[in-house]
Parts: sequence; C-alpha cells; structure tokens
Amino acid sequence: MSSEPTQPPAVDVSHLRAGYNGQPVLDDVTFTVEKGCLAGLVGPNGSGKSTLIRVIMGLMKPWSGGVEVSGTAVKAGRTSIGYAPQSELVDWSFPVTVQDVVLMGRYGKIGLIRRPGPEDRDIALRSLERVGLAEFSQRRVGELSGGQQRRVLIARALAQEADLILLDEPLAGLDAAAQHDLLRLLEDLRKEERTLFVATHDLSCVASDFDHAVLLNKRVVAFGRPKDVFTADLLSETFERHLLVLPGGERTLVGP
Amino acid sequence: MTEIIDTLREPWTFEFMQRALIVAVIIGVVSAVVGSFVILKGMAFIGDALPHASFGGVAIAFVIGANLQLGAAVAAILVALAIGFIGKRGTVRYDTAIGIMFIAGFALGILIVSREEGYVVDLFSFVFGNVLSVSWTDVWITAGLGAFVLTIVALFYKELLFTAYDPSMAAASGLPVNAAQYGLLILIAITVVLALQVMGIVLVLAMLVAPPATAQLLTRRLPAMMGLGAVFGVLAAVSGLYVAWYADVSASASIVLTATAMFALAFLFSPSTGLLRKTQWAQDIPTDGAMQEPSSGAAGDR
Repeated sequence: MSSEPTQPPAVDVSHLRAGYNGQPVLDDVTFTVEKGCLAGLVGPNGSGKSTLIRVIMGLMKPWSGGVEVSGTAVKAGRTSIGYAPQSELVDWSFPVTVQDVVLMGRYGKIGLIRRPGPEDRDIALRSLERVGLAEFSQRRVGELSGGQQRRVLIARALAQEADLILLDEPLAGLDAAAQHDLLRLLEDLRKEERTLFVATHDLSCVASDFDHAVLLNKRVVAFGRPKDVFTADLLSETFERHLLVLPGGERTLVGP
Repeated sequence: MTEIIDTLREPWTFEFMQRALIVAVIIGVVSAVVGSFVILKGMAFIGDALPHASFGGVAIAFVIGANLQLGAAVAAILVALAIGFIGKRGTVRYDTAIGIMFIAGFALGILIVSREEGYVVDLFSFVFGNVLSVSWTDVWITAGLGAFVLTIVALFYKELLFTAYDPSMAAASGLPVNAAQYGLLILIAITVVLALQVMGIVLVLAMLVAPPATAQLLTRRLPAMMGLGAVFGVLAAVSGLYVAWYADVSASASIVLTATAMFALAFLFSPSTGLLRKTQWAQDIPTDGAMQEPSSGAAGDR
C-alpha cells in the first residue's frame, strides 16, 4: 500500500446515509480505501453492500454525507470507475460477443453517435489479453464458462482505463480453481497501481489475500487490515452471529 | 418456365399490389430492426399494447375528422411515454402499467366507435389491417418514417445497445440512458403505427416478434440478428402477399403465418440451438469459435 500524505484516497466515504423509499440502508457510513490496494467489502445479505457500490458509482444519490473518488465528488458519467456487476444481474443470453462487451467499456469516452475506432478496439483487445481471453474475442459471451464471464466483466472495466474497479461478488458460484485464478488476476491488477474494491462473502479469502477490509452492516463496524479487523468480536457484530476465526500462520480461516 | 415467371409476376402487374408490396417490405425491415430490441428486452407486451391503445387515438381522429394514421401515431407515442414514465417511478410493476394503458386506450376506442354507427368500416380496417388499400401517400409516409426509424437506430446504435444490455453500467458511463429508453419506446410506437395499416391492431405484434426471434436462433450478434430478421420480414411480406393473391385470403394473416412458419423451422433446425440438432452440434462447439481468426477480430464489428 502506497499512501503518500498528499495523495487523496481512492475511495473516501464520509457520514453517508442512503436508502430506498424512506427506508435507510446505509447509516452514517465512513471509511477510506487507499490507492493501489485490494480491498474487501464484507457483510451479511441486506447489509447494504450493493447499495454502497451504487452510491460510489454515482447511480444513486445519497441522502446526506459524501463520497469522493480520488479526491473528487462522484457523479454518474465518471468513466474512471470500472464496475463488474454481480453475474446474475448480467443478461448472458444477449447476442453480443466478448469483444462487443469489452468495447462497451469505451462507450462513455467515445461520445454520442460516434463509433468505436481502431484505438478503442486496440484497447479492448489489450484488456482481453490482460485477462487471458484474447482468443475468445469473437465468441458469444454466453458460451463462456462462469470464470471466463467474470473475466470479461473485468476486461470491460480495464477497457475503461479505470483506476478504481468495483466488483460485486466476483467469486460467487465459481469452483476452487476458477476462484484461485480470478484472485491471482486481482492481485496482479493491484500491482499495476489499480484499486480494487470487492464485495464478497468469502471471508477466508479476504483474510488471506486482501490488504484491506470494510465490515459493513448498514454502518461500518470496522475497517482496516484484515488481520486487525477480523476478530471474533467484530465479525460477530457484523454478521450478528458467532463466527469462528482460526488464525493460521499463512491463512486465516473464517467459518460459522 | 415462362409459366412460372408469369405466375410470379402476375400479382405485381396491378398497381395496388405494387403499393402493398412496397409498404409490406418496408414494414418487414423496420419491424425486424426495432423488434430485435423488443424481444431482447422482453418488451413483447408493449408491442401488443401500443397498437391496441392507439385505437383510442384512431377513434378520436375519426370523430374530429383528422387523419386516422396521425391519431394512431399521437396515441401510440403518448402511451409509450406514459408506460416509460410509470415504469420508471417503480410504484407499480412495468407490466401492470402496460396492461392499464392497453385496456384504457382500446376501451376508449370501442366507446367512441359504439356511438358512430354506420361508418365503422374504416375503423375496422385498423383492427384487421388492409394492405391492399394503401394509397401512394401511405407508401411515401411509410417510406419516410421507416427511413427515419432506421437512421435513428443506425446513428444511436451504440447507445441503444449499451442501454439495452446493461443500463446501470451505461448510466454510470455517462450515456443518456433515459433518453435512449424513451427513444426506443418512441421508435417502437412509430413502427407499430406504420405496421398498423398493413397488419391491423391484432397482428402488428407478429412482425415485431417473429422475424427477429427467428433470426436470433441463427445468429450470434445483434447486427446480424437485425439484418437476418429484416430478410425474414421481407420474405414473409412477399410470400404472404403471394399466398393472399392466389388463395384469395387475408394478406396480413398470410404474412403472419409465413413468418411464424419460418420461426418454427428455425426452432426445429437451427444449427446451434435447434430442437432436432442440439445433441449433434454440441460436440462441435469447443473448437469452433476459438479457432477462427482470433487476431483480426475487429473486422465485422459495427
């Protein structure tokens, strides 16, 4: 983690309140994520993870409080935030190729009416190479495996040339090998000074591989390095039930 | 040989059949392009609701002596916008909003027509369609509006595609998602009104849905789906008119049944998804896409 005093954090959320139809989902949420780190967002179902991501993306107006990304307030249309939505929210039957989906990452920069040019195709292809899917560029996206589909969404975020990438449950539903490959990709991307903010249910994975964790349950229970915040007390407070923490030498295991 | 050619040429020696052909072909193309979005977004119910609701506009235009087509257009666009607005508010479900507008517009039409005994023949051609009675003015209006719809889709293809595929991400990227969604509804409304005079209220939906659905079974990308759907739309229009001519049956019904027959064939025999080919093809897939020219991927994109 490089955190020079002059550099604003990648994500700076302060006293954020937000919700739907008068029902608060996030209450007084405050935390920061430093630049160039792999950060996990963990919390039980309904804890507001997806809502928080929507607010950071600028898709939802907070009731009060603020979100700054790299020192500037968010609003929709910021193309420097990449986003890989939950896989279930993507229409995989849509007739688009892998390349089509990745090119969509360029659309925000191209401007109305204009078509993607050679440079955009070049960036899209390089993003696909980066996630190891260049040979699949002309495949229909629905034909790929679950792990490959997550990579397509990450490639789209890379094509946006985003410094901050938000990922919503990228590990869910993948087998162990695909999870491992995806985690390695995330770690590689972090080394390239990108910030990755990952909503996930996989606590063990955050404990062993992530730099930073935000424990969320409508409010922020704790944030910091996983080894500091993954204590039995804080986790139980977050998940409102007792969780077993097994601190190993190399890996910390967390389970019910 | 000449007999076959004579048989093929005979219908088009009549001017009213020429007009019918031109209008049906234009509608086949435009409906397939717009209809591709309709079926991908699961908007078929809107495609059915707009022509029904526009009947109210037709009836009002009839009473005040305005152009019936214009009355249909105004009603269809207003209803499309209202559906979009109610749907976005999120207080009632989308299909509920559509259902309410659908019935209100159609009932208004019936209410007005029930007072106007005697002159309802004109109005009923809207219900069942009458492609054989289109005038040259109708042909020009159809051509002009059809060209307009296709131009808008071509110009804003990128915005329409991204919004249809992933509206949240499109909005976050700064694309005008609201404008694209309302714009698509207006395009559907215009297409429906164009198709109304040929297909009639009850059968408009078939042209929006059947040709692109057939094409979807045979293609892997949206531009190809639109293109092939347009080909199927034209084929259905032409062969439907032949059937109507020689069997002396309703033109709109013939066109619709031809389009549905094409869908049935594709559903059964599509190389990738067909009911009768599935097991045989499954083994070929893994080597197929990965091998073909991975480097020059940009070639076919639009």
